[in-house]
Amino acid sequence: MAPPVMSRGEGTVRSSLRRAGRSAGPLRVLGFIGASIPGLVLIALLVELVVKSIPAISYSGLHFVTGSAWSFGAEYGAPVQSQGLTHMPDEQFGALPEILGTLATSAIALLIAVPVSIGAALLIVERLPRRLASVVGAFLELLAGVPSVLIGLWGALTMGPLFARHVYPLIADSIGKVPGFGALGGSTGNGQGLLTSGLVLAVMVIPIIASTARDLIRGVPVLPREGAVALGMSDFECARKVTLRWVASGIFGAIVLGLGRALGETIAVAMVCGVALGSLPTNLYGAMITIAANIVQNLETAITDPMDLSAFAYLALVLLVITLVTNVIATLLVRRVSGTALPAGRGL
Amino acid sequence: MAQTTRPPATDAAGWPVIPASRKVANLLYWIACGAALLLIIGPALWLVGGLLAHALPHWQWSVLTTNTNGETGGLKQAILGTLLITLGVLVLGGTISILAGVYLAEFATGRHRTLMRSGYEILSGIPSIVLGLVGYMVLVSVNGGAGWKYGLLPAVIVVSVIITPYITKATETALLQVPASYREAAEALGMSPSRTLFTIVLKAALPGIVTGLLVAVAISVGETAPLLYTAGWSDFTPSLQLTGQPIGFLTYPVFAFFNLPDPKAQILSYDAGLLLLVLVLVVIIIGRLVVAWSRRHAE
Repeated sequence: MAPPVMSRGEGTVRSSLRRAGRSAGPLRVLGFIGASIPGLVLIALLVELVVKSIPAISYSGLHFVTGSAWSFGAEYGAPVQSQGLTHMPDEQFGALPEILGTLATSAIALLIAVPVSIGAALLIVERLPRRLASVVGAFLELLAGVPSVLIGLWGALTMGPLFARHVYPLIADSIGKVPGFGALGGSTGNGQGLLTSGLVLAVMVIPIIASTARDLIRGVPVLPREGAVALGMSDFECARKVTLRWVASGIFGAIVLGLGRALGETIAVAMVCGVALGSLPTNLYGAMITIAANIVQNLETAITDPMDLSAFAYLALVLLVITLVTNVIATLLVRRVSGTALPAGRGL
Repeated sequence: MAQTTRPPATDAAGWPVIPASRKVANLLYWIACGAALLLIIGPALWLVGGLLAHALPHWQWSVLTTNTNGETGGLKQAILGTLLITLGVLVLGGTISILAGVYLAEFATGRHRTLMRSGYEILSGIPSIVLGLVGYMVLVSVNGGAGWKYGLLPAVIVVSVIITPYITKATETALLQVPASYREAAEALGMSPSRTLFTIVLKAALPGIVTGLLVAVAISVGETAPLLYTAGWSDFTPSLQLTGQPIGFLTYPVFAFFNLPDPKAQILSYDAGLLLLVLVLVVIIIGRLVVAWSRRHAE
């Protein structure tokens, strides 16, 4: 593995900077404050979410993650009291469909994005001429930079309806008829639903995985690959047994980063999921909802009802637990394997 | 006991014959890779092309000069609002993150540094909707929050938190990549460490820092979810009032007007999308120029 960029002389320069603590004093203090802010914000955020979700936790308990009925109750009714909590009549919070929706859309996105990204990365590094590779790089940069609301707009008005009319019926009439694959059959809907959400997320995750995979594959030393070719391996065998093995953990880290992005993506999914609160889709094309989409679509109700706000805090806590677990894994893996200039989670 | 194996079949020149299955597998492999590449380029072209095809035929320049009126009209106040929020984010978030990056690269050591670094790394993984929700609960809401109502300041604070990890990381990386010889030369010439930092090291790291700031601009321009419940939405030209006055932003009409029955609302939605695309393209082009410029001026 390559040594860190700057190692020679690092110690002496650092110590001399520290020795001059007096002259660089104000900068040092301001820097310390600045560098502490992310950690403090993080702690404040967790405390706020936990404190705010306590009413909803005591109102719904574990039913929150196992129940499937979600109702904001009689929004304009008079608040009632039960178990010492003030809430609207008939309020019910069961987030299971949202949790499953979040996981299912992300799974679909990864199923598509992972092979596409790795295949394209191999082709870019091993076959494309430098100039063409940089054009493809520009496409990846564009896809990563396009605001998610535009990908949602495309999914909702262009891609979704077109696929529902011409592509989904093909899947439903072929694979959907095979016994055991019934979930792929049935009505293909209007293009707002599970599969469209997964596809839209795939488009958003691909630039993350593909650009990381490309950089990693580019860094594979040429000698082991030449060795593989000298042993008579074909391109396919060389890629499978040498190149991809070499970068496997790095690519895995990128996949987990992409997963984190897919789990938390809000606005694009809110535009294409069909917003079916409290019910599971009957097939692959049915309307559904994710945690993030529910928060953004329905937070308005919380303006008048504190219990709703508490339920959204609880919901955010569940989402946070899911994404933090994936991100801790990703940070551990990626930090060990690669040193990309910017966090690969998002950005140009 | 020696096992006898048949020698592999050879061709006329004496080389072993490659089984057809391996050749076919290899061909299929390259076809699959080509298809994968098309699956990346295709949607990118379709997305941009579709947006242009919907937005350009109805484009009117008055969109830039009139305010939104209900679900029709122009987008002047939204453009100004987005620019104002972005500027605020660069001032607030940019300052904090550059200071943090300098501190992490130049001063912090050991466990201290690991702790602060994991702080912003974990922050970068938190979904922006969660940050927006907490921003709403803490800053905007009158039920247990600061009760600032929708406005410029809550929006700037929330987006600043979102972009801090990116600028911090970019600054830190750029500073660590400045060659040690620069510092050694400055020290040998008797320059004070703080002067070295400001005139030599930060100057060499500038392209990296600017790239980080550009990522932050692209994110502030493109965010929707965290702004919905912090900035609110307004039909009026924004003022510099920090709280209590909702402010328009460009991503709102895309999200809020795209499925309204009035065709004019949908046109406005696409217009806002086109403006967003143009802004992002400008940011990407500036980013490429900065990278090209810094490559030419390195050494």
